[in-house]
Amino acid sequence: MNLKELGNKKIRLSPGHRLCPGCAAPIIAKLALLATDYDVVVANATGCLEVSTTIYPYTAWRVPWIHNAFENAAATISGVETAYRVLKKQGKIKKDIKFLVFGGDGGTYDIGLQSLSAAIERGHDFLYICYDNEAYMNTGIQRSSATPFGASTTTDPATDKKPGKMEFRKDLTEVIAAHHIPYAAQASIGFLNDYLMKVKKGLETKGPAFINVISPCPLGWKTDPSKTVEISKLAVETNFWPLFEVEHDKWTLNYDPGENKKPLMEWIKVQGRYKHLLKPENKWVVDKAQAEVDRRFELIKRRCELDKDQ
Amino acid sequence: MTSMLKNRKVLSGAHAAAEAMRQIDPDVVAVYPITPQTPIAMKFADYVNEGKVHTEMIRVESEHSAMSACVGSSAAGARTMTATSSNGLALMTEIVYIASSTRLPIVMNLADRALSGPINIHGDHSDAMLVRDSGWIILASENAQDVYENTIMAVKIAEDKRVLLPVMILQDGFITSHSAETMYTFDDETVKKFVGEYNPKYSLLRTDNPITMGPLDLFDYYFEHKRQQVEAMDNAKKVIKEVFSNFSKLTGKTYNYFEGYKTEDADFIIVAMNSSVGTAKFVADKFREKGVKAGVLKIRVFRPFMDEEVVEKLKNAKAVAVLDRAASFGSHGGPIFHDVRSAFYESDKKPKMLNYIYGLGGRELSVELLNKVFNDLIEFDGGKSMNQVQYLGVRD
Repeated sequence: MNLKELGNKKIRLSPGHRLCPGCAAPIIAKLALLATDYDVVVANATGCLEVSTTIYPYTAWRVPWIHNAFENAAATISGVETAYRVLKKQGKIKKDIKFLVFGGDGGTYDIGLQSLSAAIERGHDFLYICYDNEAYMNTGIQRSSATPFGASTTTDPATDKKPGKMEFRKDLTEVIAAHHIPYAAQASIGFLNDYLMKVKKGLETKGPAFINVISPCPLGWKTDPSKTVEISKLAVETNFWPLFEVEHDKWTLNYDPGENKKPLMEWIKVQGRYKHLLKPENKWVVDKAQAEVDRRFELIKRRCELDKDQ
Repeated sequence: MTSMLKNRKVLSGAHAAAEAMRQIDPDVVAVYPITPQTPIAMKFADYVNEGKVHTEMIRVESEHSAMSACVGSSAAGARTMTATSSNGLALMTEIVYIASSTRLPIVMNLADRALSGPINIHGDHSDAMLVRDSGWIILASENAQDVYENTIMAVKIAEDKRVLLPVMILQDGFITSHSAETMYTFDDETVKKFVGEYNPKYSLLRTDNPITMGPLDLFDYYFEHKRQQVEAMDNAKKVIKEVFSNFSKLTGKTYNYFEGYKTEDADFIIVAMNSSVGTAKFVADKFREKGVKAGVLKIRVFRPFMDEEVVEKLKNAKAVAVLDRAASFGSHGGPIFHDVRSAFYESDKKPKMLNYIYGLGGRELSVELLNKVFNDLIEFDGGKSMNQVQYLGVRD
């Protein structure tokens, strides 16, 4: 699938919604819907994407869509998908339908983790896409467990006394992979074909599938709205956001910058949320963040190399 | 009139709920275990795994997810049921409100249990009162027979196009849920015919006609949608009567919002909900034997609450005692007392009224305690001054 082909397809998330310029979330959602020709039903956790694409009496969704609450998108899709299976068995539904969930990091890493974990364990047939903008953006840029080390948020702001968040982010994709899920992956819209391929794979997978997508937020990250795709690329090129897939416990690294790996500072310096890290007295924060990024990338890489010849 | 309730059985309230669910044969049941609801889920799981129903059961990881999955399933057009108790209901309360405001006809059995804290597993009505204003229709059950019949009627009430609201069926935890009683059930075919096929107005699975469910709804429309919910509850008043009347044709019994037991000529009436109704009837009979005109008013429908009917049934009494198995902290009396007393505000005829808070955390309501209530009513009517709100069976 290339961009030209995509351009000829029907867009199922219409323009006119109220997300910020440069927000990656609607790009992630729109591309996911373009990546498949199946009929889909979408469940959406409470968050930016949900509030900005629907406001009664308007909707940007050209597919059936349900929002229930913040922490229960996975439980909600469990109900929809179960209803589909039972009604299909009765012959009341004829066509094949796929089930897709969009949730932010708040609704996925934090408040919705229990519901997601259980839906995966039960084996429902759905693809969950997390648009990870690394904080509670909808409520005003508060810290989440996805917020990276050293970032400033409104509930853990950088001050003279404290340079922002002092804990490392949760590695949710690995947590999800530990469910021995049929398909889990990490993706970025900076690597378009890789992302589209992963959505296709996730939807074709029988059973639960999960894709974690880095989702630049110009408002919260204080980045140039025109640079969203480039920043998405930078996340991968610095090894901050490795692209990998876990298919039935087989780990594959999709991109290794090798010697071309960019220093984390390239990623830090274009984002206002890290502005304080440019001060000399905070150099230790950058060094510590860099060391952790390298350590985690090596862990993933080692795991992928172990599985290479499987 | 012959009754179609011809199968004599010995069932607990919980198993009566499970039996009704088996015969209704819903598409989806999403449920999480909590005492004393568990025998409903376990019995129904037997039916599922033995292939006696076509239901898909979602064995969720919490009550919050139980109600969340029910919302998803019902929004997808499947007939959907669940059951819970106490803290489980408290955990799912956020979604209990979303279910009713999304106008989803989910049916839920509630084995009433005291809310924590302190933690307690026995029956009182604090859980039901927590969701009193959630927009669910609430039916109450004196015994296993009521649980069975209310559950079947609930499906017809909830799914009526004029209503489209979820329905909750109350039964007292342990007292009803775990006590085996002689009761009568229909043949499967009778229930199947009564509930009929579910044809939802909207479904997420109609991909050729995509709908958006649960959008953001701010100050420009939210109020109108809440007003429509009020309207649906008003419509339910009529629909419940129709369902009662149709169901009567199967059972030969009469059903009403408030069902009087010897209330027509009664001077002294106890108003009660759930299992206490049975004890109160026994005590009323003992007072009748002594020549006291005693009666009992049983609440079958708690929401919607029919003011006119409760006034009609109570207005000729000399004194009335309202029993509340839940406290309403910081207000004058319990929640049922608030409703009954307020219903009389415009009435020319008002009986004297007392309120008893009783049975919290499953504390037994004995015959002796109810003897005291009728004796109080007699003395109160005779002019003795008394606290209007009293606590029955508590060590003060």
